[in-house]
Amino acid sequence: MRRAMNIVPGRSARLVLAVLPFLLIAFLYVSASAERRVANPNDKLLPPVSEMVASVTRLASEPDKRSGDLLFWSDTAASLTRLGTGFAVSAALGLAFGLVIGMLPMVTAGLAPLVAVLSMIPPMAILPVLFIVFGLGELSKVVLIVIGITPFLIRDLAMTVGTIPREQMIKAQTLGASTWQTMLRVALPQTMPRLLEALRLSIGPAFLFLISAEAIAAENGLGYRIFLVRRYLAMDTILPYVAWITLLAYVFDFALAKIARAGFPWAYVQEAR
Amino acid sequence: MSAIRASGIYMEYGDQIVLEDINIEIASGAFVSVVGPSGCGKSTFLRMVLGQERPTRGTLTLDGDPLPGEPGPDRGVVFQRYSVFPHLTVAQNVLAAYEFDASPLLGKLFGARRRAAMDKAMHLVESVGLGPHAQKYPSALSGGQQQRLAIAQALAKEPKVLLLDEPFGALDPGTRAQMHALLKPLWREHGMTVIMVTHDLKEAFSLGTRVIAFDKTRIDPQAPGRYGARITYDLDLDPRSPVPVLGFSRPLDPVTIAQEKARSVA
Repeated sequence: MRRAMNIVPGRSARLVLAVLPFLLIAFLYVSASAERRVANPNDKLLPPVSEMVASVTRLASEPDKRSGDLLFWSDTAASLTRLGTGFAVSAALGLAFGLVIGMLPMVTAGLAPLVAVLSMIPPMAILPVLFIVFGLGELSKVVLIVIGITPFLIRDLAMTVGTIPREQMIKAQTLGASTWQTMLRVALPQTMPRLLEALRLSIGPAFLFLISAEAIAAENGLGYRIFLVRRYLAMDTILPYVAWITLLAYVFDFALAKIARAGFPWAYVQEAR
Repeated sequence: MSAIRASGIYMEYGDQIVLEDINIEIASGAFVSVVGPSGCGKSTFLRMVLGQERPTRGTLTLDGDPLPGEPGPDRGVVFQRYSVFPHLTVAQNVLAAYEFDASPLLGKLFGARRRAAMDKAMHLVESVGLGPHAQKYPSALSGGQQQRLAIAQALAKEPKVLLLDEPFGALDPGTRAQMHALLKPLWREHGMTVIMVTHDLKEAFSLGTRVIAFDKTRIDPQAPGRYGARITYDLDLDPRSPVPVLGFSRPLDPVTIAQEKARSVA
């Protein structure tokens, strides 16, 4: 009998093993839902799949009576706009500050402790401040995402620049490169794959901040809708929305991983072996 | 010309003295092998010439001018590892050496200027035998090929001084012999001064025109850091030098038939 740590699944076994837990959860849900329906025909806690499909179809295809929007899609668009803006701003800030802090000892001395302290501020604790300063509109939600993930990106990328072998920095100088050129041609390209990895890790926190902000003050958005229909115990809307958010996050994660491997093949050479 | 002179060099890290009172003159065009036990400061000496570290006392000059306290294009370097950029292909690695100088803002060339620089880069890539691998990333190269690339990259700037820090230390003996065969003609052709730190005595003697050995001459058992290394041996291997060493003798003066006759008569 081989040791458990040496038993490696094949291609098809891997697929079956991956799908199995999902099927199990689906089965448990369906049977629990059916059981509760038998006990109480008006049960709202575990709505059957048919009701969830019906409510999502309604939200996605029938215009809202008040606003005339297709709520499912307008919520998704609003949330993704906030998320995308927050991500773009955070990535730009994280990359710029991370590179400069990682490359220049003077800036490290001046800014690294500040960033270390700032990154410890719980973003949710200053959400009221953001609402007061930036109002209840889009800006405060984007700023919350930026405040939430930028310090992590800065620290992670500065550390990545720090792990580039000193020999390469010296080599660049012996080839006549200035500080700026070394940053641009040596540090930046070698930081890009890590930026994408760090963004992947930030998807979870970013959605957390987005939905929190939407739950507290918004007029649309995925988080807003979930917290709105909570009042009516509308699990048939909440559960599909949660599944939709999860799917979106998973797709972003997958896409970033693919982009990183396509754009920076040299960084993943070890993986292929 | 690229003569290096070190006078009264000390290197101290806090209480620990690594090098003490190093005085040496290295003639332009020399190939100097630096040997010595581990931790004796030979790499430190190399890093000082490179500009990565500054001596705590003493002066280092290149052609009479003090060496700037940071690395520059007049001193090329090949390290044992991590010498090449992993995110650039072989050709791009060498091309970068031309791009930094020609494009201050972007560090990148485009169009006709890029093609011209690429031609020069490819010429160098081929001269170190990496022509067929020009489009590969360094991770796809063997250790010896990566060092070839590092040498090509360093030669692109036509440095006055080439510094080699155990460049072939991680290579197998066969590859190492190939590298020796590659390096020596390149050195002759480019006429630069080479300083090579190595652990391999055979390599030191077969490549160098001069071998210097670093070692501690005094050791205080209670304070190992109290005394630093000095130059303990300085062997001139150039057969034309006035003092022949280690079996090298000066070539005899040409003997003509007339002289031979005169000698036999006497």
